[in-house]
Amino acid sequence: MFRFLVRRFLWFVVTIFTVMTVSFFLMHSVKGGPFDGERKLDPVIEANIKARYHLDWPLWRQYLHYVGPFNLDENRAVATRDEAGELVLWRGELPGGEPPKVFGGVLSGDFGPSFRYKDFTVNEILGQSLPISMLLGVLSMMFAIALGVSAGIASALRPGSGVDLTLRIAATGGIALPNFVIASFLVILLVFLLPLLPVAGWGTIRHMLLPGFCLGLVFAAYIARLTRTGMLETLSSDFIRTAHAKGLAPRTVVLRHALKGGLLPVVSYLGPATAGILTGSLVIEKIFFIPGTGSHFINAATNRDYTLAMGVTILFTVLVYALNTLVDMAYTLLDPRISLEDE
Amino acid sequence: MARQRIVRQVAPIVLLGGLLAAAIFATRGARLAPADFVFNNGTEVQTLDPATVTGVPEGRAIRMLFEGLVVSHPETLEPLPGMAERWEVSEDGLRYTFHLRQNARWSNGDPIKAADFLWSYERFLDPRTAAEYAYMLWYVVGAEAFTTEVEDGRPKNAFDSVGIEALDEYTLRFTLNAPTPFFLELMAFYPMFPVCRRNIEEAQERFPDSWRHEWLRPENIVCNGPYLVDFRRVNDRIRFRKNPLYWDADNVAFQTVDALAVESYTTSLNLYLTGEAHWIDIPPANVIQELVLREDFNPVPYLGTYFYRVNVTKPPLDDKRVRRALALTIPRIDICENVTKAGQVPAYALVPPGLAGYTNAEMARAESYDANVAEAKRLIAEAGYGPGGKTFPTIEVHYNTSETHQQIAIVIADAWSKYLGINAKLLNQEWKVYLDTQSSLGYDVSRSAWIGDYADPNNFVDLFVTGGENNKTGWGDPRYDDLVRRAAAELDPAARMAILTEAEALLMEELPVLPIYNYVTQTTYSPRLGGYYPNVKDEHFPKFWYWMNDDELALKREAYPDDGRHALVTPWGPREGLYPPSDPRSGAAAGTRGGD
Repeated sequence: MFRFLVRRFLWFVVTIFTVMTVSFFLMHSVKGGPFDGERKLDPVIEANIKARYHLDWPLWRQYLHYVGPFNLDENRAVATRDEAGELVLWRGELPGGEPPKVFGGVLSGDFGPSFRYKDFTVNEILGQSLPISMLLGVLSMMFAIALGVSAGIASALRPGSGVDLTLRIAATGGIALPNFVIASFLVILLVFLLPLLPVAGWGTIRHMLLPGFCLGLVFAAYIARLTRTGMLETLSSDFIRTAHAKGLAPRTVVLRHALKGGLLPVVSYLGPATAGILTGSLVIEKIFFIPGTGSHFINAATNRDYTLAMGVTILFTVLVYALNTLVDMAYTLLDPRISLEDE
Repeated sequence: MARQRIVRQVAPIVLLGGLLAAAIFATRGARLAPADFVFNNGTEVQTLDPATVTGVPEGRAIRMLFEGLVVSHPETLEPLPGMAERWEVSEDGLRYTFHLRQNARWSNGDPIKAADFLWSYERFLDPRTAAEYAYMLWYVVGAEAFTTEVEDGRPKNAFDSVGIEALDEYTLRFTLNAPTPFFLELMAFYPMFPVCRRNIEEAQERFPDSWRHEWLRPENIVCNGPYLVDFRRVNDRIRFRKNPLYWDADNVAFQTVDALAVESYTTSLNLYLTGEAHWIDIPPANVIQELVLREDFNPVPYLGTYFYRVNVTKPPLDDKRVRRALALTIPRIDICENVTKAGQVPAYALVPPGLAGYTNAEMARAESYDANVAEAKRLIAEAGYGPGGKTFPTIEVHYNTSETHQQIAIVIADAWSKYLGINAKLLNQEWKVYLDTQSSLGYDVSRSAWIGDYADPNNFVDLFVTGGENNKTGWGDPRYDDLVRRAAAELDPAARMAILTEAEALLMEELPVLPIYNYVTQTTYSPRLGGYYPNVKDEHFPKFWYWMNDDELALKREAYPDDGRHALVTPWGPREGLYPPSDPRSGAAAGTRGGD
């Protein structure tokens, strides 16, 4: 187990650096910048704003400043025009004579100021939105597992029956329909026709029910199908027949013996599913007006808010990596035949 | 094996505990008492610092917190006393003297004096502040030089060189380069609002590394407007609470106001329809048709024009006859009636109609659309295209991704192909890419719009001077530049307007831009909301807002014209109303506030 974790950690470092570097340069190569607007600014003013965020530096220097751990912010340019009317950048000491910080950048735990939301740092934005997204994600995951597993078991116990058929059709529907379509239907039904739930917003448990349900539904459908397949396979194996022969109650056989094996495919799906919930929540967050991380993922990219987009990307990489590692560890708990040391 | 069993039993408990902790953490403080008034601000604001920002949502938030020398009347937008209780304008229109009110205080209790304004404007113009709207104050003597001339990384000129001075503790005088008829209006514009020097300097001392955002935190920010920041949650809301030290606090009705950051138009409408928001700025385009029949949607002309830019550097669009043919063939009435539907007005000029003292110069055209099409066909043939001539190359029409822009482009491209035989390829681009394509002239025809910051034609006419940053068409004409220069220096207001009309006439003859329609406001608000009016700038001053009681609402409804466009809807807000302390009706409502 220990060697497994060490190896995973080394790969983690490599992954993070690759993701960080590739997305940094990709993002800066896309057309348009954070301060472009419909109203183009006077060139001097524009140059001053860019200089304030170091966009006048060569890209490699911006990258080193962003990654850290050393703060390169020892000067800041101010723009003016020379006699020919050309733009010139003056480099002087920091405004107000502030002493420069020694450390900075991602390696010192500082994701920098947001280019768009200038009153906040990226750390603050992520710190505010992540717990909300996590809660929404965990809620929809619990919901997906509960609904998916029970539907899968019910299907597997009587394959080919009416129950099985209905559940399978429902699962196919859940996979085929995008969550914003389901969300729209449910809003019409549960907010406007039967005024039971608030239409959008965040705050109370009632606010979480609709988005949690809509976000989890597609995963519930996948889990139902995986559980059904896994259970069918396990139920036909020898040790289940033995258990029945020993005279155990059918309930005990299914829940204590068959379920463990039947759930293996589901467990392996949890890693990708978590990634899907994290990145897929942006649509649901938009529809239900939830201040989570998912909407920053897309907004930061369209606003060219370089630091925030980088922050969210790095955060999601860490989360997906960590959750996949957890899923691999959970494997050994469910199936003693699998050992992490053999990897 | 034993270790595994422990893991198996402990892990779920740890996970559940973590989940519970996360739930408590995430919902901590999330259960809010509803605010007296909730509006959708459309998106998260970039900053609350009045000096460094441009944008409509930012303006709405900043007007809650700060106040300039003057405020605008909520309906007519005429200047009313704000931080200045009165003002004088010199006869030549070059000197504005403002007398500050002596009872105004910052929210930290300090009096607001002329020195506060001087310091704020120095900060605003200083290039190191990097203020986007700094050029708005360049009408003042020496201001442009102060921003753009630097030496050793700081302004070369002392601030004394700028024509803003304090005559005494409470008197402020501005000296302008040329008469600027909209100068008072400019003073009601949010970048001109003062900020508190002590607020920023204390933050610089306490947070040497991060004062740039620390001074704006709810617990640090010092304001002079009707409201204060209670708290902020990114992408959710800003909660404002009444500023007890505001000079006119007696006339402010609401105790708490929420500005939501809902970006989805549909969600915003849903919140409005369920009474969780009382005013939304833009409803989804596909419900406009139904909304125009309701009392809560009253579009009025808005100071903006929707038009197409034409890249005049590329043949065949460098030919003015071709541009004129394209302009004549645009089915404007069809677009306004069947696509935009909210009462937008077909535009034949760049400057929106209805600016006081200004006569629009519209493009020459016939009365009927058919006659215009016939003329367009003739122009295209004259330019050497069509049957018997060259084939017209396919042109690209660019627009930023949006359903309405797409529908409009389809209608126009269809007309061009049907009547002129010109094939147009429609290209939608993501916002920032679209802006880049437009600035770098990488297009043939590009969807554009311009919203005026203040009600003066120069706001629009100035755009198309040769090489202007916002020209983006490659077009330039020394005659036009000369007219714009002359207008800026003209002392007589009427003569100035006449010169601007002449410039617009030249633009409408050359047509580097094809006007399509003039905007209307789309604000949708509870009929019970008082002190709020749709207006030409769609700018709203929060100090006037209140809730009407049932009696006042009934009176308002009686006055509706019988035009079938005022169907009654649920009036969100408390039935007993909510009036400011100065209003005699305010006592009746005390202690019984609640939903409808």
